[in-house]
Amino acid sequence: MGDRIYPKLVAARLRGQMSYRVSFALECLGQAFAQAIELVVILVVFSRVDALGGFSASEVVLLYAFAGTAFGIADLVAGQLNELPDYIRTGKFDVLLLRPLGTLPQVMASDVRLRRAGRVAAGIITMAFALTHNDIAWSPWTVLLVVVTPLAGAVIFSAVWIVACAVSFWLVEAQELANAVTHGSNSFTSYPITVYSGWLRRFMAFVVPGAFVAYYPGLALLGRADPLGGPAFLGWIAPLVALAAACVAGLVWRFAVRHYRGTGS
Amino acid sequence: MRSYAQLALAGFRRYSNYRQAMFAGLAANVMFGLLRTAVMIAVVGAAPVAGYDVPAAVAYVWLGQGLLAFVQLWGDARLAGRIRTGDVVVDLYRPWHLQAALFAEDVGRAGFSLFVRLVPPVLVGALLFPFQWPEVAAWPLFAVSALLALVVSFGLRFLVNATAFWLLDSRGVESFHVVATSAFCGLGVPLSFFPDWAQDVLWATPFPAIIQAPIDVYLSHDPQWTALGHQLFWAVVLSVAGHLVLQRAVRKVVVQGG
Repeated sequence: MGDRIYPKLVAARLRGQMSYRVSFALECLGQAFAQAIELVVILVVFSRVDALGGFSASEVVLLYAFAGTAFGIADLVAGQLNELPDYIRTGKFDVLLLRPLGTLPQVMASDVRLRRAGRVAAGIITMAFALTHNDIAWSPWTVLLVVVTPLAGAVIFSAVWIVACAVSFWLVEAQELANAVTHGSNSFTSYPITVYSGWLRRFMAFVVPGAFVAYYPGLALLGRADPLGGPAFLGWIAPLVALAAACVAGLVWRFAVRHYRGTGS
Repeated sequence: MRSYAQLALAGFRRYSNYRQAMFAGLAANVMFGLLRTAVMIAVVGAAPVAGYDVPAAVAYVWLGQGLLAFVQLWGDARLAGRIRTGDVVVDLYRPWHLQAALFAEDVGRAGFSLFVRLVPPVLVGALLFPFQWPEVAAWPLFAVSALLALVVSFGLRFLVNATAFWLLDSRGVESFHVVATSAFCGLGVPLSFFPDWAQDVLWATPFPAIIQAPIDVYLSHDPQWTALGHQLFWAVVLSVAGHLVLQRAVRKVVVQGG
């Protein structure tokens, strides 16, 4: 029965949002601009230096576009999880538990904000620009890579979102902690990982598998060897990493919900 | 006047209750500080850019991370919410100047975040990386500049919230405000990295007063008095504008009896 309900729920949400047209259009544009700010930062930086971590401006823009598009899609799908602390604090989460549907999809479908599509649109436009301004050896494989990379990245970001927000089951007021991880991994993945060093790189690139959102697929697409000495196949396994991340996120969510005891009010 | 001091104190206490949230926010500030430091060092590591060497760039990043909570860079929508629900009527009846009362409360909030959100990230940055401390004479100027940054930020937030008197749903304006502020205040990249024409345009807006001006004063970049003058100008303009807008808005409010 669940498969019919979600499209209906989401469609109802979307109709509701379209009723305040001016506000909706402004928010949509606002999201697109928000995504463009980081691009301005990158371009301003490259007006002063020629390379960042061994990568040129158009190469960094490509990584940024992959990361931004993936993050935009994840925000659209999983962004509602930011409301989870509210659900827990007000006891609305108890209602979700009573329904014969999974709690995670219920929260995710609770308020799909179409205005976040502005971010995705900005990401895709930047991606089109970056793809035409880099030297790419086009083949069916690289085309597939371009299509799959943002999707795999979106799954990775969504998994990060789920794990970060599951912390709310223990710390109700710690939403900003989750933001640090989700938005933090977005800004991490927008730059080549050679910029970072030490435990920060190890954690954000491999524990949070941020290196597979843009960096390794980007290297494969550009036909570049990894300056850090990673093998070439890393550029092609993002979907597998995404699958693993999704499994981990599902397990963490299950564990967190079992731990849930309500706020008692 | 005493009642406004009480309000400031209440603001301080109110925010000191959310300790978990404060520490989570601090952790977020530090996380982004680490990421931004790595990028900035990659930029200025080889040679100084536009007056920023590594210690100055590190100070720039961590001061920015601290100031953004102090000035509430991501906006607040409390007044707009009260306008939408109609609760604002109660606020308008009270024997105070609403704008001044909200500012007093904001000073209290900022006072608390000074200890929890501004000083700690700066110390973290100073401990982990080469860090530029200001000249002795710059300390009092920085204090004044930070306060002016708060006044300008509050002035903008008040005006954005007040649009709800006319629009009811001010979230569109709000999201634009947040985007414009974070893009033009000098948080992502120092404004002196921009091309000259863009710098002229940016400094013609109030946004640099919120982050870049206090940092310039701290680092003794440029004539400090220009930055302070810019802040003072916008602090006055926005405060007066807020007062006038509130006067007009009050005439618009309709109380639904029942």
